[in-house]
Amino acid sequence: MSVTPDETLDCSGLACPMPILKTKKAIDALQVGQVLKMIATDPGSSSDMNAWTQKTGHELLESQQDGGKFIFFIKKTK
Amino acid sequence: MAEDAKRLAIIAAHGSMDAAYPPMILSTAALALDMEAAIFFTFFGLQILKKGNADKLKVVPVANPAMPMSIPNLVGALPGMTAMATGMMNGWMRKSNVAKLSELLDLAVEGGVRMIACQMTMDVMGIKKEELIDGIEIGGAATFLNFASQNAITLAF
Repeated sequence: MSVTPDETLDCSGLACPMPILKTKKAIDALQVGQVLKMIATDPGSSSDMNAWTQKTGHELLESQQDGGKFIFFIKKTK
Repeated sequence: MAEDAKRLAIIAAHGSMDAAYPPMILSTAALALDMEAAIFFTFFGLQILKKGNADKLKVVPVANPAMPMSIPNLVGALPGMTAMATGMMNGWMRKSNVAKLSELLDLAVEGGVRMIACQMTMDVMGIKKEELIDGIEIGGAATFLNFASQNAITLAF
């Protein structure tokens, strides 16, 4: 599956809670239906992005792991 | 199923660096989860709100057997040991790129976390409103409980 992001947010090197705070801000700036690609290196981000999308209702389309990088594609739903 | 909690209500009663982080991390994270958050700063927790003080909070090695480098109480009580433990901890936090407490405080205030300074303990400890950061309110137990009683997760640190 390949998703084309409308915006990319690099949270590499940032520790909890900054990736979710920045993701929230970035999603707020998008239009409904647009997709954010978020890159993190914090291993807790996999669990956190699952939880964040579950709680906020935005859709986690895809998550990948590439070496030490965790990559998420999140669709703004509302 | 019960409705999801929409609020996070936290009591911050301690003024050491390690006790100050969880309220600041959780309250800012709550904003990102579309929740409302309030922190009731009481007793030594007021130190977190003192202007320019957040990044100066210390880690105390005495009676803290969980320090990554174990320090016996007798040694931990020696002059300079609190500064040393704090310096080490700050170093580790920087290495892990953890946000500073002052940054999290700014994010909390900007994001609309209700920062409630406890009037009673301000009086007890002679802390004036002017000594505290901007963007906070002063209140008492009822202010906190009124917020917390409306479908909130409540935590104390």
